[in-house]
Amino acid sequence: MTLADATQLAAATNEHLANISNTLIYSSMAVYTLAFFAYIAEWIFGSRSKVGRTAAALTAEGAGAGGARTGPAVTVTKAGGTAVLERPKVVVRSAAGARDVPDGPGAAGGTEKGDLYGRVAISLTVLAFLIEFGGVLTRALSVQRAPWGNMYEFSITFSTVAVGVYVVLLLLKKNIRWLGLPLVTTVLLDLGLAVTVLYTASDQLVPALHSYWLYIHVSTAILCGAVFYVGAVSTLLYLFKDSYENKLATGGTPGRFANSVLDRLPAAASLDKFAYRVNAAVFPLWTFTIIAGAIWAGDAWGRYWGWDPKETWSFITWVAYAGYLHARATAGWKGRKAAYLALIAFGCWLFNYYGVNIFVSGKHSYAGV
Amino acid sequence: MSKTTTDGTRKAGDDQELGAAGSQLSTAPAEEGPNPPAMGVVGWVRWFWRQLTSMRVALLLLLLLSLGAIPGSLIPQTGVDATKVEQFYQDHETLAPVYEKLGLFHVYSSVWFSAVYILLFVSLIGCIVPRTWQFVGQLRGRPPRAPRRLTRLPAYTTWRTGAAPEEVREAALKLLRKRRFRAHRDGDAVAAEKGYLREVGNLAFHIALIVMLIAFGWGQLFKYEGNKLVLEGDGFSNTLTQYDDFKSGNLWSQDDLAPFSFTLKDFRGTYEPSGPNRGTPRTFEARITYSVGAYGKEKSTTVKVNEPLEIDGSKVYLVSHGYAPIVTVKDAEGDVVVDHEPFALLPLDANVTSSGAIKVMDGYRNAKGEKEQLGFNAFFLPTYGGKGSTMLSTFPALLNPMLALSAYHGDLGVDSGIPQSVYQLDDKNLKEFKDSKGELYKKQLKVGQTMTLPGGNGSVTFDGIQEWAGFQVTAQPGSGWALGGAVVAILGLAGSLFIQRRRVWVRAVAGADGVTVVELAGLGRSESAKLPEELGDLAGVLYDTFPEPTAEPTAEPTAEPTAERAEKK
Ligand code: HEM
Repeated sequence: MTLADATQLAAATNEHLANISNTLIYSSMAVYTLAFFAYIAEWIFGSRSKVGRTAAALTAEGAGAGGARTGPAVTVTKAGGTAVLERPKVVVRSAAGARDVPDGPGAAGGTEKGDLYGRVAISLTVLAFLIEFGGVLTRALSVQRAPWGNMYEFSITFSTVAVGVYVVLLLLKKNIRWLGLPLVTTVLLDLGLAVTVLYTASDQLVPALHSYWLYIHVSTAILCGAVFYVGAVSTLLYLFKDSYENKLATGGTPGRFANSVLDRLPAAASLDKFAYRVNAAVFPLWTFTIIAGAIWAGDAWGRYWGWDPKETWSFITWVAYAGYLHARATAGWKGRKAAYLALIAFGCWLFNYYGVNIFVSGKHSYAGV
Repeated sequence: MSKTTTDGTRKAGDDQELGAAGSQLSTAPAEEGPNPPAMGVVGWVRWFWRQLTSMRVALLLLLLLSLGAIPGSLIPQTGVDATKVEQFYQDHETLAPVYEKLGLFHVYSSVWFSAVYILLFVSLIGCIVPRTWQFVGQLRGRPPRAPRRLTRLPAYTTWRTGAAPEEVREAALKLLRKRRFRAHRDGDAVAAEKGYLREVGNLAFHIALIVMLIAFGWGQLFKYEGNKLVLEGDGFSNTLTQYDDFKSGNLWSQDDLAPFSFTLKDFRGTYEPSGPNRGTPRTFEARITYSVGAYGKEKSTTVKVNEPLEIDGSKVYLVSHGYAPIVTVKDAEGDVVVDHEPFALLPLDANVTSSGAIKVMDGYRNAKGEKEQLGFNAFFLPTYGGKGSTMLSTFPALLNPMLALSAYHGDLGVDSGIPQSVYQLDDKNLKEFKDSKGELYKKQLKVGQTMTLPGGNGSVTFDGIQEWAGFQVTAQPGSGWALGGAVVAILGLAGSLFIQRRRVWVRAVAGADGVTVVELAGLGRSESAKLPEELGDLAGVLYDTFPEPTAEPTAEPTAEPTAERAEKK
């Protein structure tokens, strides 16, 4: 082959677009930072309201029945359809043994000012998301391939997808505004790492990465990671909120910070359920991701499974999540123990991404640090 | 097996209340305490079996499996990279033997790791079989009858109507069947159940796991994997003797080799020419012609990385490439003893700095007319940086090729019977050619240049370069089954996690005042917002057919409503 051949190929890499991409990523970081401060403001203004719903629910109930639950409370929903008023109503009972705690009012704590800042924060998050999305898109165009050929690209795409998941859940009117602050904090950390430590100039891929399986396998891996992340944050907050509720229910007095912050989160049961739904929903996709990876490995390396460190950690992550799902169906493992398992499983996912790429060498290492 | 569990979210007090209605909503095995029995051997065996197939032990084994997989990813593995294992032995003299004893250099085939997954799969089979029977039993039976007090169920609604109870029950039965519930009339009520696919999915998933494990194990036993370096223009036929190295599973036999042959016409590699990633490979492809069987028709194709050629269950992968300098060697008389022959060298780094040996075994006579053998240590740089630069290639393609040779004569030792690498000189019986200063005679050659051996002992000419490609031929039977299992596993999992299994009861009885009271109640495996929605929908349809007579119903729900929570998801 001649140098002329090679030069033609190089023309594919478009410097200009790559520069635009970098600018967009930096801009999105600036906007995320603004959003971060807006979320903080929301939490601060929200703390002025003295709601104490959790405490009210738990202590009132406790006082009424001498500490024991009086049996599950009953709630009423309207039946669907237009003739709502005439149709019979469905009575919903929460599970026996479950604490009946209302969901918190959210970060804004029902205050007008807090709510205003919260709305600003969400608008800024959406704006930053759009800018970051543009950054990922131009990066992809500049290299004329999927934007996940190395850890830098993986990181920017990952945080974009994570915020995307959040925005979609908001659009679906799910009660997850509380996720905003932790999410934006992580995204800023992730992007900070990406532009400093992990930055790689835009370029094409080595031949082993030329495959449509790259699109399938890595895109689902990123989506799974983003959703697992949402599940993990929810699980973590569940653990905090659950301790808080336990303390209240047993007559303890939680600290001022807990009273102010945790009270505004959804009820522990809601957080737990949300975490379970999220994790269970992506588990089949994660299974698919591993299998797609195995098919690709079969094409690229001549064996579909070879216990390469990356494969091994995907497997460990998978088994850990399967363990979590099992734990939820096993007496004595529901609740907090299962939640710890979920966190460990997410830890495995994280290690698979950062740890294996940085500390362990294997066939996947050319993904470029 | 006769034991059943009730909806996991409910406590004992409620269970009695719900009776059989809540039972068998899942086929999960019954929870049993870990207290051993006070019986004889049979009792112990039964107890052990129950423990092994319990959810708790399955969970424990799952966690052990993931824990056990960790060391294999951190400690070098013989099966993945044998040279790293050797390195580890040198670096950790005390630790390595301990690791060896624990099987930590081959974790995934070690006794303890195998023990964990075999136990897990025994547990799995021991779990699936009774669950399947139980499920078949549930399918052959009917949805359980309505509990006495429907108000106790997680979703409930009621109203009064002027229609006769029989009429309402009839309509409810029809409606539920239309909604694909399995429904039957049961005294004064209709009992219905839906979402059996959840259990089917769950069982299919667990069975698929077993299929995948067997397929993987089968593949390991019957697989083979061989490597062959082929020069441009040369051919290969798939027989054991042709391979440079070859590995196979324990049950593999030579007859399992697919009969085919191929010829490498041309290898092509392109590389990033500039920028920070200069030299990074862009494309590798090998043009080959191949034929299957002894008299097969010749076909041509291109093998690329990621795109193996599949022949008869075997796959031919392009795995490596390198250069083979072409040389001509003349003896002291000027007779050609090596005529324009390529010698493949092995790449040492990403820029294909290569090393190897050129061995002249027959036909050479030295200046004294004696028969001798010649050996050269060869070092090749596809792109030489120029005088004064290091002896490392600066680019993987042939921009400025340079061949550096150092010359020896004597006995190569190839006839001693000890197998020898073609890429290395065994210098035990070799003598160095000396230059004028008395040092080992070396020379750097560009294409077309000749190295004249001291003392009129002949010459070596660097004629040009040929490329070679390394192929790996593998076959792993059972991969179709593994893939099939994987697909079923995903579908089963989706069914198991996304489908809700739930029961609905409709009771219609004449109240004390003669007016019919209709009650609807639903029960799912977990509290889901979907269940009340579905129940409300069913109730709505029934209500439209059998509306309230005139006044408000008297049978209002007992506890006080806290409306807002229900709005939340
Ligand atoms: C190879 C290891 C195994 C894996 C990866 C695995 C994975 C899973 C997954 C992902 C689920 C879905 C969880 C859900 O429905 O929420 C599940 C459910 C289940 N598994 Fe396994 N499993 C394994 C072994 C076993 C074993 C050995 C048993 C028997 C003791 C078992 C019994 C069950 C049961 C009864 C369910 C249904 C639980 C329910 O109805 O919620 N599994 N399993």
